[in-house]
Amino acid sequence: MDSRVLAEGLRVLWVAIRAEPWIFALAVGGAALHAGVAVASATVLGRVTEDVILPAFAQGETTTGALVAAASLLLAVGVLKGLGLAARRLYAGLMQFRMQARYRQAVARKYLDLPLSWHQRHPTGQLLSNANADVEAAWGPLAPLPMAVGSVFMLVIAAAAMLLTDSVLALVGFVVFPALAVANVVFQRKVTPVDTRAQMLRARVSEVAHESFDGALVVKSLGREDTETERFTAAAHRLRDAQIRVGRMRAMFDPVMDSLPNLGVLAVLLIGAIRIESGAVSSGDLVQIAYLFTLLALPVRSLGWLLGDMPRSVVGWRRVSAVLGAQGRTEHGRTPLDGEGGLRVELDEVGFSYVDAYQENGNATRDLSVQSPEGIEAEPRTTVLSDVHLTLASGRTIALVGPTGAGKSTLTTLLMRLVDPDSGTVRFNGTDVRELAPGEIARTAALVPQSAFVFEDTVRDNVTLGGDIDDALVWEALRLARADSFVAALPEGLDTRLGERGTSLSGGQRQRLALARALVRRPRLLILDDATSAVDPQVEAQILGGLRDIELSATVVVVAYRRATIELADEVVYLEQGTVHDRGTHAELLERSPGYHALVTAYENAAEQRVADAATEQEVTR
Amino acid sequence: MSAPAPTRPDRAEGVPTNADAAPALHRSTDSAWATLRRGLALSPEFAHGLLLTLFLALVATAGRIVVPVAVQQVIDNGLVAEGGPDIGFVARAVTVCAVLVLLTGICSYFMNARLYRATEFGLATLRRKAFRHVHDLSVLTQNSERKGALVSRVTGDVDQISAFMQRGGVLLIVSVGQLIVATVLMSVYAWQLALLTWVCFLPLLFGVRWLQKLLSKAYLAVRERTGDMLGVIGETVMGAAVIRAHGTETRTARRVDETVLATRTAQVRAQRLSMAVSPFAEFIAALAYASIVVAGVLLGIAGELTAGELVAFLFVITLFITPMIMATEIFNEAQNAIAGWRRVLGVLDTVPDIADPGPRGRELPRGPVSVRFDQVSYAYPSGPLVLDDVDLEIRPGRRVAVVGETGSGKTTFVKLLTRLMDPAKGAVLLDDVDLREVAFSSLRARVVMVPQEGFLFDSTLGENIRFARPEATDTELVEAITEMGLGEWLTGLAHGLATPVGQRGESLSAGERQLVALVRAYVADPDLLVLDEATSAVDPATEVRIQRALERLTSGRTSVAIAHRLSTAEAADEVLVFDAGRVVQRGSHAELVVRPGVYADLHASWVTSSA
Repeated sequence: MDSRVLAEGLRVLWVAIRAEPWIFALAVGGAALHAGVAVASATVLGRVTEDVILPAFAQGETTTGALVAAASLLLAVGVLKGLGLAARRLYAGLMQFRMQARYRQAVARKYLDLPLSWHQRHPTGQLLSNANADVEAAWGPLAPLPMAVGSVFMLVIAAAAMLLTDSVLALVGFVVFPALAVANVVFQRKVTPVDTRAQMLRARVSEVAHESFDGALVVKSLGREDTETERFTAAAHRLRDAQIRVGRMRAMFDPVMDSLPNLGVLAVLLIGAIRIESGAVSSGDLVQIAYLFTLLALPVRSLGWLLGDMPRSVVGWRRVSAVLGAQGRTEHGRTPLDGEGGLRVELDEVGFSYVDAYQENGNATRDLSVQSPEGIEAEPRTTVLSDVHLTLASGRTIALVGPTGAGKSTLTTLLMRLVDPDSGTVRFNGTDVRELAPGEIARTAALVPQSAFVFEDTVRDNVTLGGDIDDALVWEALRLARADSFVAALPEGLDTRLGERGTSLSGGQRQRLALARALVRRPRLLILDDATSAVDPQVEAQILGGLRDIELSATVVVVAYRRATIELADEVVYLEQGTVHDRGTHAELLERSPGYHALVTAYENAAEQRVADAATEQEVTR
Repeated sequence: MSAPAPTRPDRAEGVPTNADAAPALHRSTDSAWATLRRGLALSPEFAHGLLLTLFLALVATAGRIVVPVAVQQVIDNGLVAEGGPDIGFVARAVTVCAVLVLLTGICSYFMNARLYRATEFGLATLRRKAFRHVHDLSVLTQNSERKGALVSRVTGDVDQISAFMQRGGVLLIVSVGQLIVATVLMSVYAWQLALLTWVCFLPLLFGVRWLQKLLSKAYLAVRERTGDMLGVIGETVMGAAVIRAHGTETRTARRVDETVLATRTAQVRAQRLSMAVSPFAEFIAALAYASIVVAGVLLGIAGELTAGELVAFLFVITLFITPMIMATEIFNEAQNAIAGWRRVLGVLDTVPDIADPGPRGRELPRGPVSVRFDQVSYAYPSGPLVLDDVDLEIRPGRRVAVVGETGSGKTTFVKLLTRLMDPAKGAVLLDDVDLREVAFSSLRARVVMVPQEGFLFDSTLGENIRFARPEATDTELVEAITEMGLGEWLTGLAHGLATPVGQRGESLSAGERQLVALVRAYVADPDLLVLDEATSAVDPATEVRIQRALERLTSGRTSVAIAHRLSTAEAADEVLVFDAGRVVQRGSHAELVVRPGVYADLHASWVTSSA
């Protein structure tokens, strides 16, 4: 381990010590007590041997006082040692868990604070592991830390005790213990890369299994079970071989750690015998030092554990710090949004671009590399929207139509102020959305995205999101979203838990639930971003018809592909390559905009194409 | 709503049926001991060279008493020898013991290295067997478990076994060996003191067992709380847009706090239990030391013990402490391993309800295939009938569209047709052969299904298509794509066949994933093609491509498609209309659309929604 990592690792520990000074003090106090008493126990054992056991055996008699003294000393040592041990382990654990909890809260809060644009630049998996595995790794060394501190303490007093007893015998210790420390460091350095590789291969095995089981239907329908098993077995074998390498290193290390102190004891016996002959030490001294050797082997290992955890801790800490140090939060104004009825929405010279990670067949993938806002500026950007002027009159239903990549979804996120435009302004009833008080937009507008998100919570909470909303209103919203019948069929109705550990819903059901979530809030601006794409066309028609039928005094923006959906709108806004290409009624646009015409009639084109093909085929066969 | 009463399935002689078997994974109820024995037997590699490994373990364990014996010998025969210490004796004793220490160290190395090797080989075998078996299970059984739970069977569960085989199990053997060796040595010195030591330590051993039960509950609580916590933290990331759109940051933050603190509380509680043993072991050890010194001195005065023996005793007691401290961990790992084995065995013990007929399986000849449903009924386990006495025939080369409301039985029809399930009653026949008698290899080669979601593997476009036929060359793949009228799409991709598709194909659009799935089916070249059309809307350009590809794919084969789009039904030679588990209408689109009935109603709603 290079000294830079060590220095940084110690700095990370220092952060924890400063955060929890009292708990750390108690843990280290316990460790010191345990260490001190452990060394003292060797002295006690030596004294008991010298003053009680050997005289008694030599003289064939002893006194009750001597025996009671010896027994109470030994018992006292045990009690103190146990207390020290308990304090050390209890507080070390407490410190570790408190730091983990504190940083998990901090990271999650930061996730809630940072703007959506930041989220879009970071892959989900990375953010999840920042909050879990990285926090855990960062505070990993806190568990062995007090013991390691205690061990250093123990080694110092043991060295002093040995020196005080006999400097020649102490020399043996000065050879054995540094040797143990060196063996530890060498082992950690050798095993870490191999172990890291094994961990990686373990994750790989899991990935292969996950993917293969996810695609089980494809595997089965193409009869590819054998090749899949081969692929998995290959991954499992790579893991096996890496694990065997790690195992071989451990197998080597353990006997070395066991044998070194044992050889030390044997050396002490031999040298001690010579020293006794020359009258320099007593038999008790010898027993004491020999016993110290057996005591010190384990604590020396704890230093190895501490060092071993450090590289992971440093990496985890760096990642967690990167999240906590991330810049950018959404600033709000103080203007409330008064009044009732559908919002009037204006977009004025709105432009938006995002960091161009890399382009692969037209699909931008999320940026993995950029961490700092400074970095973002340097990256090439892709323009999504430019110079968009648009007024959406209060209470109207507007369909947003355009080919893939025209900027429809981006426009919906700008309306919700999930992102801010690079240039221009978005206004609700004449007020710049950036001037609005916090929570005002969420209170008055609702967005239903294409991929519906379901919280691991009850159906009711998924609709109300914790708001105090009457069940009757919840059912009303579910009915409008055509979600009432499947919710009623769930085992516990509104109280049914959804998600990983609960009931799972189909794509269409999730979308309908998300729609109910938006409707229950009686939004003044309702934005549906292709929100019913996974719903059967028949059901979709019912839902949209239902929205039109009720007096929903809201401005509605619908991103739509299906012609029936478009036709429900009062007005159509046709987007192409990030600009408003045309707007008007469906009939008008069909008439005058060739791009629009081509787009909405593509389904029919496909049908005609097929009929033509069939005709040709028939002629050929004839 | 009155559902038809479920009928008991008739079992044809020798034909396996599944309808009354629960599709879920087998839950093993074997005792811990039986599970352990069966688990070990699953991987013969565990036993490979086990005798030698055990012998090495014995030597390594015995080596632990070398030092205490050396101390005793040196004190009794070297130091308190008449006329001062006998340096010659001490030197000889120390040399012999040093050699023994080195030898046992070497034995210990080989023991551990062999153990790692044997267990890792065995565990890899276990993973492979379980993995293969998961794929052999029927779709119904696979879907009865969360995917994550199935993945655990070949990852986490096996890792728990490995933790026991390489640590807990070894510690168990070493600890038991250590206790035996120590007891024997003590008894040689003074049986009274050996007894006394056991009297001190025995209550601890029982206490540990009791504590361990509390502990495994506490660990379970930690796992559950951690799962909840990660779920909520995950929402702050995956639900970022929803949380902002609905302004629920405060509520989410509160939920994060609650679950994080609940996790911390559970962790602290578990830790308090797990660390409790060590201090108690220290007290007990101190008690043992004190009683042994007192008793030992008294015995010594009585002439039954030497000074060296008594001191050696004090060294031997340390051999008692570690097994006691380790015992909770050993019990815990053993319990986890047995639970792991039980879950893996649960997979392996689940008999696939849809099985290959084996050697007596029949081959279907190539060429357009005919389909016959002979009075077929189906009910999901403990559910109502979803397919009720369906009797129909599809002639070779026909293009059939299946339509119906959600829950009408159309999906079940398709699953029976591809033998993802077996009928509860009646038979499905291809070219007049019962599907249950067709060899899997032949069935999968001739009948290919394209599911609704075009699932892709995290690899390149080419590899995903090749999945259908591993021996296909790049040229053949390009040819296939061109034949399907997708040549221009392929050339539009920056890297052509080498284009990475991302996890589950997510770098491609939903429509493009569908295209790849269609090409894949085309390359597989089946005689019966079964399609479940995707419902999600795609952009019109892709829609045109999909239609064109479907056209090429179905030509010259028998095809059955669950239609979600009007155009698919229009294009079919024949439409099967399902309602409440029965085929209620059958005919061409042109015939059906003018007749009042289910199809005309469906058509009307389609027209309003898509034209």
